Amino acid sequence: MIRQSRGFLSSLVVPILSIIFGFVFGAILMLLFGYNPVVAYDAMISGVFGSQYFLGEALRQATSLTFTGLGFALAYKAGFFNIGVSGQALAGWVSAIWVALAFPELPQLVLLPLSILAGTLVGALWASIAGTLRAFFGTSEVIVTIMLNYTALQLTNFIIRDILSETGNSTESVGENASLSLQWLTDLTQGSRLNAGLFIAIAVVILYWIFITRTTAGFEIRAVGLNSFASTYAGMSAKKNIILSMFLSGALAGLGGAIHGLGTFGNIFTQTGLPSIGFDGISVALLGLGNPIGIFFSSILFGVLNVGAAFMPNRAGVPDEMASIVTAAIIFFIGANYIIRYFIEKRASRDQSPTTATRGGEE
Amino acid sequence: MPTSERVIEMNGITKEFGSFRANDDIHLDLKKGEIHALLGENGAGKSTLMNILSGLLEPTSGEIKVKGKSVNITSPDVANELGIGMVHQHFMLVDKFTVAENIMLGREKSRFGYIDKKSAEKEVQALSDQYGLKVDPSALVENISVGMQQRVEILKTLYRGADLLIFDEPTGVLTPQEIEELIGIMHKMVNEDKSIILITHKLDEIKQVANRCTVIRRGKSIDTVDVSKTSQQELADMMVGRSVSFKVDKKPATPKEAVLKVEDLTVKSNRGFDAVKGISFEVKAGEVLGIAGVDGNGQSELIQAITGLTKSSNGSIHLDGNNITNKKPRKITETGLGHIPEDRQKYGLILPMTLEENIALQTYYQKPFSSHGFLNYKEIKQHAKRLIEEFDVRTPSEEHSAASLSGGNQQKAIIAREVDRDPALLIAAQPTRGLDVGAIEYIHSRLIEMRDNGKGVLLMSYELDEVMNVSDRIAVMYDGKIIAIVNANETNESELGLLMAGVPLKEAKEKADSKGKEKETIDSSI
Amino acid sequence: MTKKLRNLFAIGTSALLLAACGQDAGDSTGGSGESAGGDTEETTDEFSLGMVTDEGGVDDRSFNQSAWEGMQAWAEEAGFSDDAVNYYQSDDPSQFVQNLNTAVQDGYDIIYGVGFQLADAVTDVASQNPDQHFGIVDAVVEADNVVSLNFEDNQAAYLAGVAAANTTQTDKVGFIGGVAGPVIDKFEAGFVEGVESVDPNIEIDIQYAESFSDAAIGQQIAAGMYSSGADIIYHASGAVGNGVFTEATNRMESGSENQLWVIGVDRDQAELGEWEEGNLTLTSTLKQVGTAIQLATERAREEGFPGGENIIYGLEDDGVGITEGNMPEEAWTAVEEARQAIIDGEIEVPVAPAE
Repeated sequence: MIRQSRGFLSSLVVPILSIIFGFVFGAILMLLFGYNPVVAYDAMISGVFGSQYFLGEALRQATSLTFTGLGFALAYKAGFFNIGVSGQALAGWVSAIWVALAFPELPQLVLLPLSILAGTLVGALWASIAGTLRAFFGTSEVIVTIMLNYTALQLTNFIIRDILSETGNSTESVGENASLSLQWLTDLTQGSRLNAGLFIAIAVVILYWIFITRTTAGFEIRAVGLNSFASTYAGMSAKKNIILSMFLSGALAGLGGAIHGLGTFGNIFTQTGLPSIGFDGISVALLGLGNPIGIFFSSILFGVLNVGAAFMPNRAGVPDEMASIVTAAIIFFIGANYIIRYFIEKRASRDQSPTTATRGGEE
Repeated sequence: MPTSERVIEMNGITKEFGSFRANDDIHLDLKKGEIHALLGENGAGKSTLMNILSGLLEPTSGEIKVKGKSVNITSPDVANELGIGMVHQHFMLVDKFTVAENIMLGREKSRFGYIDKKSAEKEVQALSDQYGLKVDPSALVENISVGMQQRVEILKTLYRGADLLIFDEPTGVLTPQEIEELIGIMHKMVNEDKSIILITHKLDEIKQVANRCTVIRRGKSIDTVDVSKTSQQELADMMVGRSVSFKVDKKPATPKEAVLKVEDLTVKSNRGFDAVKGISFEVKAGEVLGIAGVDGNGQSELIQAITGLTKSSNGSIHLDGNNITNKKPRKITETGLGHIPEDRQKYGLILPMTLEENIALQTYYQKPFSSHGFLNYKEIKQHAKRLIEEFDVRTPSEEHSAASLSGGNQQKAIIAREVDRDPALLIAAQPTRGLDVGAIEYIHSRLIEMRDNGKGVLLMSYELDEVMNVSDRIAVMYDGKIIAIVNANETNESELGLLMAGVPLKEAKEKADSKGKEKETIDSSI
Repeated sequence: MTKKLRNLFAIGTSALLLAACGQDAGDSTGGSGESAGGDTEETTDEFSLGMVTDEGGVDDRSFNQSAWEGMQAWAEEAGFSDDAVNYYQSDDPSQFVQNLNTAVQDGYDIIYGVGFQLADAVTDVASQNPDQHFGIVDAVVEADNVVSLNFEDNQAAYLAGVAAANTTQTDKVGFIGGVAGPVIDKFEAGFVEGVESVDPNIEIDIQYAESFSDAAIGQQIAAGMYSSGADIIYHASGAVGNGVFTEATNRMESGSENQLWVIGVDRDQAELGEWEEGNLTLTSTLKQVGTAIQLATERAREEGFPGGENIIYGLEDDGVGITEGNMPEEAWTAVEEARQAIIDGEIEVPVAPAE
């Protein structure tokens, strides 16, 4: 990763250009419909960066997205599309809250880790269902995880309605001893819901990097993802790696859900849809090109965009839908980054590196 | 017959990639109606030169003249207009389209947006008839043989009006029968005043079809020679830059106890029928057992079963005294098996990964390359560096991707990895496919070295020469069975050929004896 | 490459189309912009309202839209400019708190949280901003700076049940709820009671979409219900109901054997029932969220903010109601009678379905 510094640098160029193109495209759209993009972007940027509260909120959102992004990226490294990060995050969320509510007397030092662990584990197991089916029956993990998303949604709502709550809509809030909030962080950000999850996220980014590049298990996951035939031939078990990568992917998503639940809400309520941190996490992973540090920064970008877009309707007169289109345009350009890559490569092939040249010509 | 008119002149072509000179002052000229071979090892710069001629690359310096006029070939389109067409090694065809559709792809004839399929088909048919290609323009590409697909590629260039056709390693994918036919087609084409550049490293093909041959070595043009006045040995020496031996130099084998014992083995193919039907044989320590046979007679399945990639449905396999029947690949590897797989890019390497990671692919989980689940890149790197040095893998560094290496060097990396583990048995499946004589010589000598070190070697190859040269004993497979096992020094090409066609040993011996006499005299003349 | 470009172009074009649609919706609110920002000091007779939607969004053609239309009507009546009212759209529950805080920053006299989903968020933000007045719709938040607005939806749903029972030809009707919970329980309970008061033998198919925004699921459930013989579906599911209308329209237009009906919710949804040869909205139960907001706001302006109160609107004060729609005459008569009976206290409508 870092060892190929040139590749690293050029892998930075693509997302940065994508973001710039996205903003420019958004500006053109706004001009086309008679809105002032300068005012709109100003509302967005100054809205977020002009107040510690909203900056804190953006970072809070980034925290959750980092986990789901890493979760998706890990399965992707092994060659699988874990579309189920949403459902796994939800499973993690409800489990963490459940444990926190079930043992209210435990000291924080025990209860908080226990709740988070519960969320992580349940997310992992939820994803392992798809991994196991894939390993033993060759079922498409895409379809299974999509279906499991809805299963998780219905099951969560059932648990909330019939087990965890009396009112039927939302559970009680967890106690202080299961809360992730840090008073100094809350004060620093003028009462935002930014919490200790941020530091867990940073730690997990580092652990993820170490896992993928420095451990034998990470090596196997990469190898299987890049060429499953050669990996099998080299004695790696495809089945083991499918299940392991889905397990870990789900664990990260579940951890994200637990931290989203304990940090952002402190409870859980009947869900009307899958949590958006799941699907945004997929975009974040793709924007971050699977690189953990890239994922962390693209999470922050997403947080800023999401929080910032909310300022555009009322402070710049750009309707809500337009604000969504502008943020979507940025994501779209990321998704279409092969255009940018195409042009970069075309230029490169004119001044050429030996690698690209010999690759085509040999044999 | 070639005339003296020069269709192409390439003078002083130099191409630099950074500090690396892929082409260094190369000269090449092509006469009208000539078949001109371009000979060189993998990585010598043939492809770079042809990419320059076909407009994919621009030279750093040098001059290209087409029919005496100096030109600047800036893109494949320009090359096209100049009548230069390339028949690529890897076909660029759309499976779901018909032959005619593929040929007009990008050159669609349309009237008011409506594609005129009928007239295109007629045109393709006419071209096909003219050169004896026997292609059916309305057939779907996915339904025709590889040989036919190649002809579609040829037609594509002709359809675009090429006078000069560049064939990039055209025979690699063809059966002997198809090669014969292709040679016929080439002759027909030069008779129609087309000119051909043939990129190859197969010397016998050059002797068979080419008029002249330009030899390239390490980016430089060594010489252009008249093929009829040059022997294969001379061509090979020029290409490699030293004297090459075709015969593998080996002492008689000293076989000891059996390292591999296969008994009554039955393996199903992935399509469900028995591909290997109750085979028994053994490989002894200190010998090379060759497996000969026409592709598709169960060889691949046999090797997959021994290496644990496929489960066998009956019978047993013992390696070094241990029962390895239906064990996991890793278990088998650890028991003492090295495997050079048939398809090195699919099974042997993880191309996007670095060379050092690929070299560690079988041992990364063992000490000293990792401990407690953490990789030790320092050890991995040192190990890789040592093997790169020892096995002469040519790469800028161990941190380059395996994909950036030439085929020969990729194969050397795999051999380094497998041989270095010092396995009791080495299975080499098609170890020299697509490689040049220099690399082939090297790999063969490594296999013999293994044997001389008292290891067993199981060599599977579709190339009869290879099996005969390297093996001590030869097992011939036909229809999932071993039809005979013969001693390499007691058999000959025609006997093996008959066995491979399914003729029983006794009969084959008689037939081969009568034919053998004349054959031997031809053999010795080469 | 060209193919990819073409796809891109297609996506780009649809983005433009979307933008154009967005424009329509935006026009009603757009331009309400800049001056609202940071306007904390108002003159005494200027009064401003903010609202935060739930996930359905302001154009859900139901609950949120009704609230927003009410606020706009209020501004017009009171003679205020468009700038006096503003909404904040939430796409995800994590945005509720954020949007409420943005609204607090932007400065309004009262900020309404529309929907029970916002109850927790309103509770939190209200306790952090004790000087700011809030309103919550469809839930109770006990705080001095919050007014709770609630509706006896069960009464209106009862009337819908009476209407359905008097109209059905197949003796089978359906009910589609959004997300199960106390609010939608009231609709379900009322509807079931209403149907059974007419004919206990009528079969009622009850299903929940677990969403207020996913029209596709609404369509799916409706397809199932119509296929199994129901001819009337009452939906209490926000934007999910759009899918119910779509399915009914499709079936009618491709020649359904039965006359199919949909009963709308919250606002008069007659416009959603338009099809080639008529209108299939049997009736709509009305939940005058807009009216309630207007009433509460007017009271706050005149008498001071009714903080801590839980104001309940029922049939009696027209806080909930039902439209005549396309009801056959005998159905409408029955509905009228039932309405009077409820107002008179002769009928007690339950708030939760019988177990």
